[in-house]
Amino acid sequence: MELLRDWLFDYTLRNVALGSALLGVVSGALGCFAVLRRQGLLGDVLAHAALPGICIAYLLTNAKTPIVLLLGAAAAGWVAALLMMQIVRHTRIGEDGALGIVLSTFFAFGIVLLTFITKRGDADHSGLDAFLFGQAAALVEEDVVTMAVLGGFALLAVALFYKEFKLLAFDAPFAASLGFDTNALGVLLTSLIVIAVVIGLQTVGVVLMAALLVGPAVAARQWTSRLSAMIVLSALFGALAGLIGTLISVSDESLPTGPMIILSLTGIVLLSLCLAPERGLVWDAMRRALQRRMIKAED
Amino acid sequence: MHPVPPILPASAAPIEINDLTVAYRDAPVLQDIDLTIPEGKLAAIIGPNGAGKSTLIKAILGLVPIVAGSVRIYGRPYAEQRRLVGYVPQRSSVDWDFPTTALDVVMMGTYGRLGWIRRPGKTERDFAMHCLDRVGMARYADRQIGQLSGGQQQRVFLARALAQDARIYLMDEPFNGVDAVTERAIVTLLQALQQQGKTVVCVHHDLDSAPEYFDWVALLNVRLVASGPLDATFTADNLHRTYGGALKAAIEHLRRFEHERDRLPTDAAMETAGLRADRDANNS
Repeated sequence: MELLRDWLFDYTLRNVALGSALLGVVSGALGCFAVLRRQGLLGDVLAHAALPGICIAYLLTNAKTPIVLLLGAAAAGWVAALLMMQIVRHTRIGEDGALGIVLSTFFAFGIVLLTFITKRGDADHSGLDAFLFGQAAALVEEDVVTMAVLGGFALLAVALFYKEFKLLAFDAPFAASLGFDTNALGVLLTSLIVIAVVIGLQTVGVVLMAALLVGPAVAARQWTSRLSAMIVLSALFGALAGLIGTLISVSDESLPTGPMIILSLTGIVLLSLCLAPERGLVWDAMRRALQRRMIKAED
Repeated sequence: MHPVPPILPASAAPIEINDLTVAYRDAPVLQDIDLTIPEGKLAAIIGPNGAGKSTLIKAILGLVPIVAGSVRIYGRPYAEQRRLVGYVPQRSSVDWDFPTTALDVVMMGTYGRLGWIRRPGKTERDFAMHCLDRVGMARYADRQIGQLSGGQQQRVFLARALAQDARIYLMDEPFNGVDAVTERAIVTLLQALQQQGKTVVCVHHDLDSAPEYFDWVALLNVRLVASGPLDATFTADNLHRTYGGALKAAIEHLRRFEHERDRLPTDAAMETAGLRADRDANNS
């Protein structure tokens, strides 16, 4: 009870919890389309590629204004995604190969810049390395408002283009034959995923962000066979993971928030994988045991 | 629904392909194709693996880049005539574990008419239900598509094309790997479409059933070998040129078909007469 009261009235805690939950909702909803298009790792590329963007934005402005850094992250992530699509389209390298190349190149460049900035020995020591694993505890009200605006925009776009995104994810050539511009739709969807990644950078960081896109969607798919329900459930799972992770990390100050969010999410995924009716492993095992018994009974 | 006013000049054929060449990297997949498919035919595109059959359909639909040549639908580019064309892709081209229902997939056929952002409503839902009913799948409307059999999935794809409410239907291997019930359902549907004056073009690889289901064929192997009405085109000589000497079995099939076709009127009459004689003998 005391924890709940703290949670409701403590300013920092409220910001962290709200921010994490918001992030969970946005990445959960958008992650569904990434997973269904078998581009679950796209988020990983976007997140890792964001690091050099953040560093360049800092070097150019010499300020740590969050919105500027996030714009840099978004631009770099977007360039990486487009580069990846071009590699797949124009070379014989497959999607997985392109993904690996782009991810590690951008991330390596980001680490070089980050080390350069740190070694330069600025007075405030920049603190940019917080973006590696996130620093949810540092979220202020302004950050949460930024997250809400950006995330709200992304969710609105999903609501607006739901029919088109669904068709794109299920049968892109058919969508193209109907006259929908599937390239433009793909770029739009990727851009929205960039938004989800960017608002997660401060909270969970570039290394762990991909899990927040893939995890909720995978868990939600276990429980439902309807896309609309999957998106809602995925958003809920994302929010739940954000809240649980935050609460656990405040109960013990030695536990980091970002990684705790991801571990909470892993818990939700594991439970869903095992317990969900129809697709769950436990039900699978029960069905098989029942079958065996019936076959034995017949003998 | 607000159907786009169809442009159907009396003189233009449903599909007219001129000098079409499609290449993947450097290798030509289709070369110098000149093909005109007349109105109201049940046409089969036949050829060996890698002949470019699917690519031809995709080229008509503007789904693959064309190196040279042109495709006309009733005399105009495909982009202007989309609403007149329905498409059934290969069943294996999509992930059937996708979280959606049969009715939902069929409703996708109405998305082209709806255009951007507008959602399907009751009209589209009812029409999609009607289309599912036409392929005998109405009672599976709410079934998750992954729980359907291969044949049922194929029928859902056909219903989706029906929901496009087109005049020309392009189908990529609709008979591939389906059960007998579905095969009959598809044949019945194709004939019904023909009776409504629609033009149907199917990629087909089974030489046995081709002469039974279709009345017009195009034989393809990167180049167009022959095209025209079944009887004049589906000959041993043309098949030999399409498949090359390697495919003896194909030729065997055809020889049998030609033989049966030639002997049918007389032999059948004799057999019937013979049966009648047997029966008469048994009765007495």
